[in-house]
Amino acid sequence: MPVQRRGAAIEIADLRREFRSGQGSVVAIDRVDLSVAPGEFLCIVGPSGCGKSTLLRILAGLDRQTAGTITVDATGWAVENAMVFQESGLFPWMSVATNVRFGLDTRGVPREKADARVDAALKLVGLTRFRNHYPHQLSGGMRQRCAIARAFVTDPGMLLMDEPFAALDAQNRVLLQAELVRLWEQTGKTVIYITHSIEEALLMGDRTVIMTAHPGRIKQIIDVPFPHPRDLLQLSASPEFGKLKLDIWRVLEEEVNRARAEMEK
Amino acid sequence: MSPKTQERLLYLISPIGLIALWQILLMAAIGDRRFVPAPSDIAWRYWDMVVSGELETNTLVTLWRVLAGFVLGSIPGIVVGLLMAMFRPVRIFFDPLIASLFPIPKIALMPLLLLVFGFGDASKIALVVIAVFFPVVVNTYVGAANIERIYWDVAKNYGASQSVIFRRIVFFGALPMIFAGLRIALAVSFIVLVAAEFVATKTGIGYLIWNSWELMQVDVMFVGIVTVGVLGLIATVILQEIERKVIPWKTE
Repeated sequence: MPVQRRGAAIEIADLRREFRSGQGSVVAIDRVDLSVAPGEFLCIVGPSGCGKSTLLRILAGLDRQTAGTITVDATGWAVENAMVFQESGLFPWMSVATNVRFGLDTRGVPREKADARVDAALKLVGLTRFRNHYPHQLSGGMRQRCAIARAFVTDPGMLLMDEPFAALDAQNRVLLQAELVRLWEQTGKTVIYITHSIEEALLMGDRTVIMTAHPGRIKQIIDVPFPHPRDLLQLSASPEFGKLKLDIWRVLEEEVNRARAEMEK
Repeated sequence: MSPKTQERLLYLISPIGLIALWQILLMAAIGDRRFVPAPSDIAWRYWDMVVSGELETNTLVTLWRVLAGFVLGSIPGIVVGLLMAMFRPVRIFFDPLIASLFPIPKIALMPLLLLVFGFGDASKIALVVIAVFFPVVVNTYVGAANIERIYWDVAKNYGASQSVIFRRIVFFGALPMIFAGLRIALAVSFIVLVAAEFVATKTGIGYLIWNSWELMQVDVMFVGIVTVGVLGLIATVILQEIERKVIPWKTE
């Protein structure tokens, strides 16, 4: 069954973010134009310092652009966006269930409704048995599952994910990637997924945006040709996948070398 | 004998050894028992004062003053500390006040407090309130100001209002540091209260110690000193237990 795409639509035009400090200013992102279709799974890849996190923080309302516009059409959704952070950002003083509930409490969702939604979200990520645990009692993979449940439970038009699996070990990363793709295939929400791994981007996304550093600009946008639903393990072993990865590596290699040369100057 | 039991015994050796040495020296008539009573004299006197109810009355008075002052001083300390961390104007307003008032020996305020509150319990409690406020406010502020940025980001991204951030993020994030401040404040409250009771009252353990000095009842003096130590120990243990209950996420 094809994915029912019905998330928020995003239109980004000529976006620029400059950080000013005592030593002058740094351009984090510059001339970024991007449109994201409803329900698209978009991955953004780039070397560190390419401003991909800055872009995500602006989308999340945690930072403001210096120039340019962002238009998000999230009509029909309870909230515009929900973010999943790199180190999960679970509140250590709240239990798993209370953490998941947080975004419902802040929006004044009535108790019984919230209970039902939290139960469903915990079931979705397989944490029902751990609902009364505290984050420090969970493994890294379970913490990220909890963070994903916390984002999904608010029913956002788009999910913003900032390298959510970067700190996990390889096995857990593979498991969680598959789980996220399954969740996305079920819900069809728009996902903006930041990663530094091309492989991860190609495995999961519909399109991959490749960014360059200093200043952060879009170098290339790649349409990932593999249809959904996907079996990530099988896909990662296929020759088509290997070829696409190699092609993109060639593009990035140039970029990495340029960045390195600049650093050594 | 298990290593743990050995460690516990070792823990007791130094105080017991000291007390035994003290007793032996005085029994051997090295030192004047009228000025330095032996531990056995203190123990007997302790027993007398328990039986007569004298110790109980004074202990209860002191405890009441410490407890009232501790509670009334720490609550505003916590609230102001949190507000300072959240709102810059509040911080700018309180910073110079704290910097200038914290170093003043609080006992120096006793005459002033006697003028304002009179010789009753109120002046003693007020002194404890003031002494407790400062360590609590400073610790709370430091704890709240050093909450990791990611928690602010999450709260903001998930639609938390200022009041939710205050009650559910900043307060809990600062809680370990708040308890560190409360422990200091607890010791400080005994210190200033006993000193205050030296002068401006006819009740309390401080009064007992000072009065026994004037009457040259050195054994009573020691009973008072030991009582303060025991009260401080018990109060600290209770506070630690509360901390363990209130901060279940704290990893040792």
